Amino acid sequence: MAEKEQIRQELVELEKRLEELSQRATTREEQEELTALKQRVERLREQFVRPVTAMDRVKLARHPDRPYTLDFVSWIFEDFIEIHGDRRFADDPAIVCGLARFHGEPVLVVGHQKGHDFKQRQFRNFGMPKPEGYRKALRAMKLAEKFHRPIFSFVDTPGAYPGVDAEERGQAEAIAYNLREMARLRVPIVVTITGEGGSGGALAIAVGDIILMLENAIYSVISPEGCAAILWKDASKADLAAEALRLTAPDLLELGVIDRIVPEPPGGAHANPRQMAEILDRFLVEALAEIRDLSIEELVDRRYRKFRAMGQYMELSEEQLRALLRGNAG
Amino acid sequence: MRGEGLEFGILMPLFRRKRGGLEPPSERAGVVKTEGVFLKCEGCREVLYRKDVEENLMVCPRCGYHFKISARQRLALLFDDGVYTELDAHLVSADPLNFYDLRSYKDRLTSAQKATGVLEAILTGEGTIGGYPAIIQAMEYAFIGGSMGSVVGEKVTRAIERALQTRAALIIVSASGGARMMEGVLSLMQMAKISAALARLDEAGVPYISVMTDPTTGGVTASFAMLGDLNIAEPGALIGFAGPRVIEQTIRQKLPEGFQRSEFLLEHGMLDAVVDRRQLRDFLIKTLAFMMPDQQRPPASGRREAREKPR
Repeated sequence: MAEKEQIRQELVELEKRLEELSQRATTREEQEELTALKQRVERLREQFVRPVTAMDRVKLARHPDRPYTLDFVSWIFEDFIEIHGDRRFADDPAIVCGLARFHGEPVLVVGHQKGHDFKQRQFRNFGMPKPEGYRKALRAMKLAEKFHRPIFSFVDTPGAYPGVDAEERGQAEAIAYNLREMARLRVPIVVTITGEGGSGGALAIAVGDIILMLENAIYSVISPEGCAAILWKDASKADLAAEALRLTAPDLLELGVIDRIVPEPPGGAHANPRQMAEILDRFLVEALAEIRDLSIEELVDRRYRKFRAMGQYMELSEEQLRALLRGNAG
Repeated sequence: MRGEGLEFGILMPLFRRKRGGLEPPSERAGVVKTEGVFLKCEGCREVLYRKDVEENLMVCPRCGYHFKISARQRLALLFDDGVYTELDAHLVSADPLNFYDLRSYKDRLTSAQKATGVLEAILTGEGTIGGYPAIIQAMEYAFIGGSMGSVVGEKVTRAIERALQTRAALIIVSASGGARMMEGVLSLMQMAKISAALARLDEAGVPYISVMTDPTTGGVTASFAMLGDLNIAEPGALIGFAGPRVIEQTIRQKLPEGFQRSEFLLEHGMLDAVVDRRQLRDFLIKTLAFMMPDQQRPPASGRREAREKPR
């Protein structure tokens, strides 16, 4: 971490100068220098907070300025028309769906939506969908299937909403049904984990042909805090849980759960969301190109085999099995 | 995949049905292992003769409370004459993340195996029920909370694929706290893997009945447990996505009595039926008469009485 130490020393010096200058800056030149200096300090700070531990990445994945689905939509897609409601109960603002154009081609976009300010966050329920959100997403995806349009899904949720109303309306059923139906949708699906891949609530719109993941996104069966509370009986051990859960993009690539990591701008996606969108755009183009010429049968079969292969276990020989049973009995 | 199962049903007939009751589990078989002649009912707090409860399929004769039973007892209870061939018993966890919290995952696995006498949180049996060829899986709640990791996911997927191949009916009896944390995101992916296989079974028109028992929550509910052609549950079972404690923390209120219980789900349209354990086998056989091909159908029972009171 010599590089990091260097940045730290430079930061200390620059901050000292910034302090002095801001005390006495009166002339125009001094003001300009001050602005330039401020920018330089900011950039260095971003570099300095580059993630090292899994928990660093968890924090970046949850950064309130991180670009969300509608941000990506505005930078990557054209002619977006949002469609609302599950035609059963309500419209869930925690998931957005819409028709759009991607480099000219008609496509369907679906994704979790968080908010950038308090009011928005509340309106979006912090990106935690209820059953109607998942049902809306599937309704939209079936529309894509009907008109043979590819689907782009963006995943960023702490998890499915754990509330009374969500349970009453069948949160588990809504998720389960999406998993089964997405597995057999007869159109290409490109999934991007953009922020928090919060367990079943994330997976419910994340079954696809190519799974991309932003560099500092996370994807996990449970939040590090939840895991720590259960296994360590202490939520403050979240940093240990975050390491143990292997929830970062490089971990997931190694475990065969995702296909590609999308690099983020220095400091993270929030530091330069526009640049993030440009990078992601290139990856989306490439992903779609990879699967678009497959026949529908090949595509669906490939998707089946992809998820079929996930998981790691041991197959014992009959002899090993008997030995294990004897050992456990003794 | 064929022929890899050990012939447990034949070589080790631990739980043959007898006088309509269940034999006590072996020394190693967890859940209902309590020494002594008496047993306290968790439903009505009554002290009962253990023998009476056992003969009543571990249902309280006074209040109908359903005690948890082991996976082996469950399979013995459902298959004809309690006989089945176990499949995929040789699949065991590989600890893919090398997971360590206050204890190592390896250590947890070994203790769970010793305490329950089974190697994983689900057993697969192949045999017949009411004469219909069937693959029945039962989850073992005493095995790390019946949690689903790679092995459970693989065993369920193989059972589905086998049902697809043989066109035997698939019945899965769930009892699970959800996905297994110690296998991280790989546990989560089992939900997608199983659901994808169930899509194929659905297309092939092979019946799948999901039976939820106390408790069925998290990733198991949010995948195969809610995807049956019929989703049924034993009375009083806790069934949900989020656990009650998590919900209470979210809404900062106590939950009402009966919330997320079978009867609550039935009322909210989430279950086809709530079925008493003592009628479960009969219920399943009758539904299979509807779903299975005609040439496999045994004669009707001749019984005409209504088995359940209207709600």
